[in-house]
Amino acid sequence: MTTATAPTSDTGRIGLADVVSDTLVVTRRGLIRNIRLPQLLVFATIQPVMFLLLFNYVFGGVIGTQIPPAAGGKYINFLMPGLLVQIVVFGAGQTAIGLTEDLNNGVIDRFRSLPMARSAVLAGRTIADLVRNAFVVSLMLVVAFAIGFRYQSSFLGFLGGVALALAFAFTLSWVMASIGLRIKNPEAVQSAVFIPVFPFVFASSVFVPPETMPSWLRAFADHQPVTIIANAIRGLMLGEGILPAGQTVAGQTLLALAWIVGLLVVFAPLAVRLYRRAVT
Amino acid sequence: MPPPDHSAASPDPIVDARGIVVRFGDVTAVDGVDLQVRRGSIYALLGPNGAGKTTLIRVLSTLLKPDAGVAMVAGIDVVADPPMARTRIGLAGQFAAVDEYQTGRENVEMIGRLYRLSRAESRTRTSEILERIGLMEAADRRVGTYSGGMRRRLDLAASLIGRPEVMFLDEPTTGIDPRSRVGVWELVQDLVAGGTTVLLTTQYLEEADQLADRVGVIDRGRIITEGTADELKDTMGGTIVEVEPPAGRHEEFRRVLASAVEGEVTWDPQRGHLRLPAAEGAASLMAVTRALDAADLVPDDITTHKPTLDDVFLSLTEDDAPATNAADDPDPQRSRTRGRKARR
Repeated sequence: MTTATAPTSDTGRIGLADVVSDTLVVTRRGLIRNIRLPQLLVFATIQPVMFLLLFNYVFGGVIGTQIPPAAGGKYINFLMPGLLVQIVVFGAGQTAIGLTEDLNNGVIDRFRSLPMARSAVLAGRTIADLVRNAFVVSLMLVVAFAIGFRYQSSFLGFLGGVALALAFAFTLSWVMASIGLRIKNPEAVQSAVFIPVFPFVFASSVFVPPETMPSWLRAFADHQPVTIIANAIRGLMLGEGILPAGQTVAGQTLLALAWIVGLLVVFAPLAVRLYRRAVT
Repeated sequence: MPPPDHSAASPDPIVDARGIVVRFGDVTAVDGVDLQVRRGSIYALLGPNGAGKTTLIRVLSTLLKPDAGVAMVAGIDVVADPPMARTRIGLAGQFAAVDEYQTGRENVEMIGRLYRLSRAESRTRTSEILERIGLMEAADRRVGTYSGGMRRRLDLAASLIGRPEVMFLDEPTTGIDPRSRVGVWELVQDLVAGGTTVLLTTQYLEEADQLADRVGVIDRGRIITEGTADELKDTMGGTIVEVEPPAGRHEEFRRVLASAVEGEVTWDPQRGHLRLPAAEGAASLMAVTRALDAADLVPDDITTHKPTLDDVFLSLTEDDAPATNAADDPDPQRSRTRGRKARR
C-alpha cells in the first residue's frame, strides 16, 4: 500500500530508548507546569516555610522542654526532620490533581492516541513531582539552617534523611496517582487527598513525640507510616538518642524502606492499571 | 453484517470499519456500524449528543476496543495493532488538549517529539505548521492567553506534526465563535489539500454541508443514512413547502395537502408546520394553493425553501429533539451520558 504522507517503515514498536525519551518529554511538561503555575509554586514553597517558622516560634518554647536531649535542646532540630515528611505528604496531592486535570481536558486522550510509550505519562508526571519536591525540600533546608537547625549525627546521615524523605515523596506520588485515576473528578480529588492527610500528619511523631497521646491514638500514631518515616529521618539526622527506647537507627531505616518499597510495589502497578482503564 | 475479512479490505477506503459494536454495561453506544472513508476526502459523522459519534471516533483512534467488529485505518487493523496504527493517525478530541502553561511552539514541539521526530526536525516542522495556521505571531506566548479558536487550531495543528494519514476530529468547532469556526474549516480544507484524510464529527448541519465530501447521519449508535450532502438533500425532493395551519386544524390540512402533492406530508408540532416536498418547485406550490383554495382552507402562512441538512435530519429522526438544540450544552461529555441514559 502506498502512502502519501507518513513514514510507513515505522511500526510503532517501542524500545527502551523511546521510553526514556518519552518520559523526559512528559517530565519536562510537568516541570514547566510546576514552574509557571504561580499558585502551585506559592503553595509549594510558602506553605512549608510558614509551617516551619510558625511551629518553631509558636510551639517551640513549650515543646522544646519535652523533647529528648539528643535534639541538642532545640525544638527546630526535632521539628525539621518531621516537617520534611509533612511537606512531602501535603505536596503529594498535586500528582492526583494534575492527573485528573489531564484526564478531564483531553490531554490523556491525546497522549494515548500518539505512538508514545504508555508508561511515560505516569512516570513523567511522578518524576516531575519528585523534582518539585526536591526543590521545596532544599528551600526549606536553607530556611531551617538559617534559623538554627543543625544535624547532630554526620553529614552522611543528614543526606540519608533527605534521600529518605524524597523516596517517600516519590512513593506517595504513585499512591496519589492511583487515587486521582480512581476518582477522576478534579474537585472531588481535592478533598479526597487533602482531608485524609491531616490525621496522618498530626497523629504522628512529626510535631511532638507521641508518648503523651491517649493510648488509643498512640497505637495508631506509633505504627503508621508517617511516624515510621519521620523517626527514621530523625534517627539518621540526630542519632539514636532521639528515638523512642528500643528503636535503632538501622532498624527504623529498614522499616521505613520497607514501607516505601511496599507502597511502591502495590501502588505503581495499580496506577498503571487504572491509567489503562481510566479513559475507556 | 458482512463477515470481517482482513485480506479482502479494498485498498481504496483508508478507513474501513465493519460491524463495530461498543457497549457500556447494558447501553449499546455503537450498534453495528459499517463505515468507509475514501482516501483524501472529508467524511462528516453528523448526529446529536449521545448518538455514538465520539465512541466511534475513540474506537478508530485506538482509544477504545470495540466489543465486536473490525476496523482498518491506513491499512492497519486498529484493534489488533494499536501501536502501529498510532503512527498513522492524528486525533483532536472534543476539548482542545493543549497545555496552557506552555507556549504554542512548545506544545507543538512536544507532540513532535512524542511522534518520534528528532529535536531538530520537530523544531523545523513546528515553525512550518505555526506559519501555516497563522499562529506565528502568537507562537511564543503561553496558550493560556489564546482565544478558543486559536486553541482549537493549535490543537489540530499539533497532530499534523506527525504527518498523519488520517486525522480524527471530534467536534472540531463545538464551543467556538462563528468567525473562528470558519478559520478551523479553512484549516481542515488545507489539510485535505495536503493529502490527509479527515473524519470529523459534528452536531452542526451547516458544518457537514460546508466541509464534507460525504456525510453519515448517525443516531442511537447506527448510521441511518449516508451520501453526499446534495444526495441527502435530493432525497427530500427539490423544494420544501411549509404550510402553517390555524391552531388545531393540522389534520384537516394534512388530508387536503396529501392529495395535492406526491410524497409524505409531515407535521412538525414544535414549529407548527406541515412540511411537504415540492418536487416540481413553483408548479407544486401552485398545486398546493389550488388544493387549499378548493377545500376552502386558508393557512396562516406558506413558505418555500431549498432543503437543508436540517430537513434531512428531522425527517430521519422524527421522534428526537432537533440536533441543534444539543449544541448549546456547555458540557458535551456530561450531556452525552445523559442523552444516552434518557433513551433507555
